[in-house]
Amino acid sequence: MTADDRIALTFRGVTKSFRTRRQAVMAIKDLNVEIRLGKITGLIGPDGAGKTTLMRLATGLLRCDSGTVTVLGFDAARQALQIQGRVGYMPQRFGLYEDLTVQENLDLYADLQGVPVQARKTRYNELIHMTGMARFTKRLAGKLSGGMKQKLGLACTLVHPPRLLLLDEPTVGVDPVSRRELWEIVDRFVREEGTTVLLSTAYLDEAERCDRVLMLDQGELIGQGPPEQFCEPMTGRTFQIRSADEKNRDVLERLSGRPDVVDAVIQGDAVRLVLADGTPLSIDRLLPGENRAALIPVPPRFEDGFIDTLRQRRHDQAGTPLPSALQEDRRIQAESSGTAISVRNVQRAFGDFYAVKNVSFDVGRGEIFGLLGANGAGKTTLFRMLCGLLPASDGKLQVAGIDVRRTAAAARARIGYMSQKFSLYGSLSVANNLKFFSSAYGLTGRRRQHRIRWATEQFDLQPVLDDGSGELPLGYKQRLALACALMHEPEILFLDEPTSGVDPLARREFWHRINGLASTGVTVLVTTHFMEEAEYCDRMAIMMAGEVLALGTPPEIKQLARSNEHPQPSMEEAFIHLIESKDEEA
Amino acid sequence: MFRLLALIHKEFLALLKDPKSRFVIVGPPIIQLLVFGYAATFDVTDVPLAVYNQSSGEASRDLVSRFEGSRNFRRVATITHDDQIAPMVDGRVALVVLHIGSTFSQDLHRKGRAKVQVILDGRDSNTALVTLGYARKIVGDFNVKWATDHGLGAAPAHLEARSWFNPNQQSRWFFVPGIVGLLTLVVTMLVTALSVAREREQGTFDQLLVTPYRPWEILVGKATPGFMIGIFEATVIITAAVFWFRVPLVGSLLTLYVGVVLFVFAAIGVGLMISSLAVTQQQALLGAFLFLVPAIILSGFSTPIANMPPAVQAITYANPLRYFLIVLRGVFLEGAPIRLLWHQLWPMAAIAAITLTSAAWLFRRRMS
Repeated sequence: MTADDRIALTFRGVTKSFRTRRQAVMAIKDLNVEIRLGKITGLIGPDGAGKTTLMRLATGLLRCDSGTVTVLGFDAARQALQIQGRVGYMPQRFGLYEDLTVQENLDLYADLQGVPVQARKTRYNELIHMTGMARFTKRLAGKLSGGMKQKLGLACTLVHPPRLLLLDEPTVGVDPVSRRELWEIVDRFVREEGTTVLLSTAYLDEAERCDRVLMLDQGELIGQGPPEQFCEPMTGRTFQIRSADEKNRDVLERLSGRPDVVDAVIQGDAVRLVLADGTPLSIDRLLPGENRAALIPVPPRFEDGFIDTLRQRRHDQAGTPLPSALQEDRRIQAESSGTAISVRNVQRAFGDFYAVKNVSFDVGRGEIFGLLGANGAGKTTLFRMLCGLLPASDGKLQVAGIDVRRTAAAARARIGYMSQKFSLYGSLSVANNLKFFSSAYGLTGRRRQHRIRWATEQFDLQPVLDDGSGELPLGYKQRLALACALMHEPEILFLDEPTSGVDPLARREFWHRINGLASTGVTVLVTTHFMEEAEYCDRMAIMMAGEVLALGTPPEIKQLARSNEHPQPSMEEAFIHLIESKDEEA
Repeated sequence: MFRLLALIHKEFLALLKDPKSRFVIVGPPIIQLLVFGYAATFDVTDVPLAVYNQSSGEASRDLVSRFEGSRNFRRVATITHDDQIAPMVDGRVALVVLHIGSTFSQDLHRKGRAKVQVILDGRDSNTALVTLGYARKIVGDFNVKWATDHGLGAAPAHLEARSWFNPNQQSRWFFVPGIVGLLTLVVTMLVTALSVAREREQGTFDQLLVTPYRPWEILVGKATPGFMIGIFEATVIITAAVFWFRVPLVGSLLTLYVGVVLFVFAAIGVGLMISSLAVTQQQALLGAFLFLVPAIILSGFSTPIANMPPAVQAITYANPLRYFLIVLRGVFLEGAPIRLLWHQLWPMAAIAAITLTSAAWLFRRRMS
């Protein structure tokens, strides 16, 4: 066996550009990469890094401008058909036929990929068993939850055993339990069938599960190797800070924006930070005036290396320091305690199915409250009821002291809402979106002018003001959506999976803003699938099958999952533990 | 009020900045104006004619030349045998065969009467009927001329036809005012029916619903662009009808616009009803055409309602286009005053009231 036989996929000097209405965009620049046979290779990078383009080039769906792509020994430009017969590709939005059942979808893909009829039965059994869908084969694909759809998509891709499996962000918008199951399926295939996998992901903990990682940024390869390789240079630069006097969020605010801090995030009951190379470590320099804080060295992880590499490329600081304008505007009763959201015995039925059953909780003013749950747990339904988008069947819902069930319009004037799709008017320019949403919330004259200026500066929208908002990069869309939601200085901010599909840098920036808002007294209610983001919450509720399974602060939630095996469970482990133990009960 | 204006402004921007919806406003009107203005006509001209003249007399030559001289007929073939007739008609070479028997001239001279046979392709019954009318007229003229020339005296009664309102019976005068109704309906329906569905598809509808706008405000915001564009569209076509197609506008513009406004309201109501029910733009488009096609066929736009079976005629009473077409043709050709059109105007107002209310109700129900 020569060395070349162990390479599944080769890119040599590959360049690919796209023309949009205004300019040509270089999606891939002179890329040279080899992907090894029988391994899992992770593809990571911020939005617009060229991950999807790379995948599509590898399937022969796109042709490169220059260079060669070789897949399993075939040239992608000339032998696309041979490649497509051997490669399984699952795009971000897999084409399931929603009006067909699970079984019919499998049949269809088996037909399309020419799987011999006699081989199907065993293959179906394996796949259905592996994906845990034995009970759902007769259900319509459109009626499945997000996680189940992804699993079905993967099963359809695997109906004809592929030699190379290309997965484009298979775990976006998928809850931790389903995410783990997806990974188990992938792992098994690599182990048992020797499949080669190339997988792009926004979850950096997933990169750690890969054999090798390719790091892309703006179409260029900025690093490759086993994940540990990225951790090594970070040794001695990663720490935790525990402060006895200050809230973690406040510590974080003080630390971010400093040139000697590369990254700072809340992790558990401490703040985890990555220092720039060669910084002498002393708590006095980091947090002057803080004498009851401890700086504890911790082992580096993949994410640290990724953020460090990216930041170096961008010559960026940890978190763009926010202009003080965010705090300038009225501090919404920062000191006043009280209830911002009150949910009492709320139910919602669709026919005879209860999507939300008898849920009660309170959210205090200035709190960041997380709503977590597996796909289909009822958190979206609850969320929509709170925003007044869906009437409750039963119970009491109060938002900012107003009964949502009776005077929804009055309540709506006091909330801001941002959905996971960053729903903005795509054909309108950024400026027009800002103008419309400011007027929609009844702002006029100088106040409107002032707020539009505020949003433009605060969210750094000046350079894109005249661009169509539909053509913005995802990170900008997210900023614009948040700007629009904050136009009228709402007391309460509803965020529905606000960071779904957004890269780690943009996510940090986003949470930095949210922290800033919370510190001015804005109440934030957020749903998320990123368990590390749950750490930013003051309190949270974990939902399952329409009920609140657990309610409390992050440490309290983790306490519930503590066992001898897991003395220090992470938020994700706690979440999975809670869901599974409830499942066993049922 | 400012908030509402901002919403309307936004709706206009969303509509006009999107190339696809811009096309909906500009494309169909131009195409349909050309199609109906130039192509759709009841007038039959240049009917291909085959002549089978077995008579050798002067009289038969005179009759044939009368056919040839008419702008309704065009001689395409000359037949010399009986068996040539069938292939002519079967192969659609000629629509009409004029057969003059060998004894035609003799009979005329001797008996004072003779037979002429006209064979028509009856596959398109309407054209055949119109063609037959032309042939009758030519033969009639020939008769009168013959009678006077040979001192037989004219027929005791003579029909002098004069058609009012459209003296030359140009079918363009009939069609073009109808286009105003047709196009206004199509464009208004498309603009309103797609507006909510587009927002649902893009996810912006939720974003709009969480603003303090009340359902009726959103409804007004959605209805206004449809209203303004409907009126604008109607104005453009009325202008084109008068100055381009030279159809006389006899009646008052005010009366015409009372009709236009009521009709646009009715169309918006239907459009918004479809909009509030449709989840995707595809559904909205299908819904719009599900309404448009029967609405046009059952309006009297091209085929008279009076010819329809009674049950179908009953259905047409629910069709706003039916009333609007009468208003249009009335004002354009007859110069009908508003009091004569009252029985067309109030049903449109009633339909508008019903559809708009149900749209509002559906909207509310869908929102909550």
